[in-house]
Amino acid sequence: MVGIITYGAYIPRYRIKVEEIARVWGANSAEITGGLGVFEKAVPDYDENAATFSVEAARTALLRRPVDPAEIKAVYVGSESHPYAVKPTAVTVGEAIGATPVMTAADYEFACKAGTAAIQTAMGLVSSGMMKYALAIGSDTAQGAPGDALEYTAAAGGAAFLIGNDDPIAVINDTCSFSTDTPDFWRREGETYPKHGGRFSGDPGYFKHVLGAAKMMMEQRGTKPSDYTYAVFHQPNAKFPQKAAKMLGFTHEQIKAGLLVPSLGNTYSGAVPLGLAAILDVAKPGDRVFVTSYGSGAGSDAFDITITDAILDKIDRSRGPSVQKMLNTKTYLDYAVYARHKGKIRM
Amino acid sequence: MTVARFWREIPQRYNLVGTKCETCGSVFFPPRALCPHCRRDGKIVPYQCSGKGKVMTYSVIHSASDQYFDLKPYVLAIIELEEGTRVTSHVICEPDEVYIGMPVTSVFRVLDREGPDGVIHYGTKFVPDV
Amino acid sequence: MRDVAIIGAGITRFGERWTTSLRDLCTEAGIAAIEDANVTGEQIDAMFVGSMSAGRFIGQEHVGALVADYVGLGGDLHIPATRVEAACASGGLAFRQAVAAVSSGMSDVVVAAGVEKMTDVGDATDVLAGAADREWESFAGATFPGLYAMIACDYIHKYGLTREQLAQVAVKNHYHGARNPYAQFQNEITLSTVMNSTLVASPLRLFDCSPVSDGAAAVIVCPLDRAREFTDTPIKVLASAQAGDTIALHDRPDFSTLGATVAAGNSAFRQAKLERKDVDFVEVHDCFTIAELCAIEDLGFVPKGTAGKFTEEGQTQLGGKLPVNTSGGLKACGHPVGATGIKQIWEVVQQLRGEAGRRQVEGAEIGMTQNVGGTGATVVSHLFGRV
Repeated sequence: MVGIITYGAYIPRYRIKVEEIARVWGANSAEITGGLGVFEKAVPDYDENAATFSVEAARTALLRRPVDPAEIKAVYVGSESHPYAVKPTAVTVGEAIGATPVMTAADYEFACKAGTAAIQTAMGLVSSGMMKYALAIGSDTAQGAPGDALEYTAAAGGAAFLIGNDDPIAVINDTCSFSTDTPDFWRREGETYPKHGGRFSGDPGYFKHVLGAAKMMMEQRGTKPSDYTYAVFHQPNAKFPQKAAKMLGFTHEQIKAGLLVPSLGNTYSGAVPLGLAAILDVAKPGDRVFVTSYGSGAGSDAFDITITDAILDKIDRSRGPSVQKMLNTKTYLDYAVYARHKGKIRM
Repeated sequence: MTVARFWREIPQRYNLVGTKCETCGSVFFPPRALCPHCRRDGKIVPYQCSGKGKVMTYSVIHSASDQYFDLKPYVLAIIELEEGTRVTSHVICEPDEVYIGMPVTSVFRVLDREGPDGVIHYGTKFVPDV
Repeated sequence: MRDVAIIGAGITRFGERWTTSLRDLCTEAGIAAIEDANVTGEQIDAMFVGSMSAGRFIGQEHVGALVADYVGLGGDLHIPATRVEAACASGGLAFRQAVAAVSSGMSDVVVAAGVEKMTDVGDATDVLAGAADREWESFAGATFPGLYAMIACDYIHKYGLTREQLAQVAVKNHYHGARNPYAQFQNEITLSTVMNSTLVASPLRLFDCSPVSDGAAAVIVCPLDRAREFTDTPIKVLASAQAGDTIALHDRPDFSTLGATVAAGNSAFRQAKLERKDVDFVEVHDCFTIAELCAIEDLGFVPKGTAGKFTEEGQTQLGGKLPVNTSGGLKACGHPVGATGIKQIWEVVQQLRGEAGRRQVEGAEIGMTQNVGGTGATVVSHLFGRV
């Protein structure tokens, strides 16, 4: 049964409050936080990037469960802030965890769902019998243009999942995806900041694909929302996932554990992975988890997951920081220092 | 730094792979091909350090090179790894947090970017081990 | 092995010499030394030039040949000239090579020079970081002041040291420098100036650090038994010592002790058959204030951990038990890296001849120098006496 063997997450320690960003741009902070449901977001340090997050998350995963890195034969990293346009983040991760040289690797891009696409690929490689373990990571140091709406939420973080079929802590019963060519949000080669279609990103973007994939998954599995203990949806802000949950029939109780965006921001390719990691931090054997990611461009990947007994006796979740611990370990920056951290000041 | 010179050191910078002299038991990081105690009598093998250690001495750097300009002020320290060998590195913490004897553990960070179009060099720094 | 004597010495003003190039500096010091020694170009057999990093500062290698050429000894005379490098100990080491050449009988009249032109680059920091372990110290974030600051941190932890005691080293060196017309800084300073200056690498502040300087110095040596052909005031080289240590500070057993200073100092006293109490004054390598304290302890003049108090009591100032750095040291006289080792010897010559003017050590008979490369991976030490 293919599933998650072990997992790890990483959130950098710096934060900026939405009200501080609003102050700089002369916006009404109460309206912004009220509208987005986001109060602060994670900011990377100068010596961090999507690759360093990926390595830290992968190393935490390997700390939690004895796994021979030589048996990890694939590494896929999904991000929209890969440090190089050409030279994959995945091999840096592979090198840093001791999986090289006998492995395949590649980087993925699909806006915010590149990490879950990596999970699907890893599932295929393992289920087909091609390898014992494959590592899938979603990690980002997302950029929002100064003064743009996205600047309030574009955040940094990532999570890693080792996929295998040898006593997984969480069985991935099924996955399905809903993908179309939809220009709701994009960034051209060489451009620093992405652009988006404003309100177009809502219904034709997020909701069409998230609901499409989610409904398809429950139909395929013959399940209904109440069958699940937890649900996590992509969270570009707090409103969209709460609305999607409601439209599908999930309760706030179910999505609470995985809803990190109010104090984390949108970590793009790290968003659903981090939400799932937060759920895994507290899940018990028998819990069922419903996951639907969303990547602009556009597509959604849905997953139906059952937690096994192995989550108690095969991994040690106390090793390495939990998502909540990292969320609560924070240092605030003002906008000027934040802008320096994000390379927004022309030197 | 040139491409090859840095690439050659990836096992050291990413994974703290040093050497050990099996003759006298000394561990060396950065690696040494010749044990300074045993010299030609020393049997040298690769050895990976755990990344755990403690601060032996430190200084808060206020005047930095171009490479670390963005990080100043930062804590520079000599750290004794639990294997007994010492390294010079950053400790990522508030300047007033560091003290002689502070336990630290390794993390993976960017050490250098050769400009906007050059190679990114990754490596190991340290954080307080709580 | 023949005894060696210094027959002449010359120096340039140290400082930011914007209008003067490396060659100009060498010519200035070289001519001063030659005139002081009463030698002619034809009498010179060889030259050793200490220069740490002309390659990085001004893109110039082959410094031995360049200097010999521009002081008029290269072209017609074809004098053998060798560039010597041991980071900040390049000058002292050049002198040691000159002494070895004469002592062995290989050459008779040899010039030992030191030069550095540091102000042609915008930022000397990265070049100076080459004195440390580039791969595992500098690349890891260690600046040169940072390394000595870590020595200071360790020293304070082990022995205790007040901020005032450390600052007094700089105050005292400026007091001396104000009496040396060739020193970069001619002003006296106060403890408050030092203690309130900008933090560079805690606990070291701007005034704990030697400056970036241009300068050159040269001395001329010959066999002792020929010295009176050239000068009435030859200065005898009583000992020449050199010792090494690990290049990286982190590989030292004790950060507060420069083992190479201990070894070189012991070697020098053994060669000269002298004791510490015989030394009347010493020029040590105060690249940072803490370095001077470690130097006088590691040379064996005061017990480890007591140099701060010794300095605070005024014992290292003119008139005290052991005047240290009457030239103004690296702090006030300036630190054109390759030149410093030779400058120290130039100062010894002034003192032993009784020509040190307002900074004269009364009754100076025996002088010592200690020149350090990096954080102590090379130390060169010499003892000198009147003939």
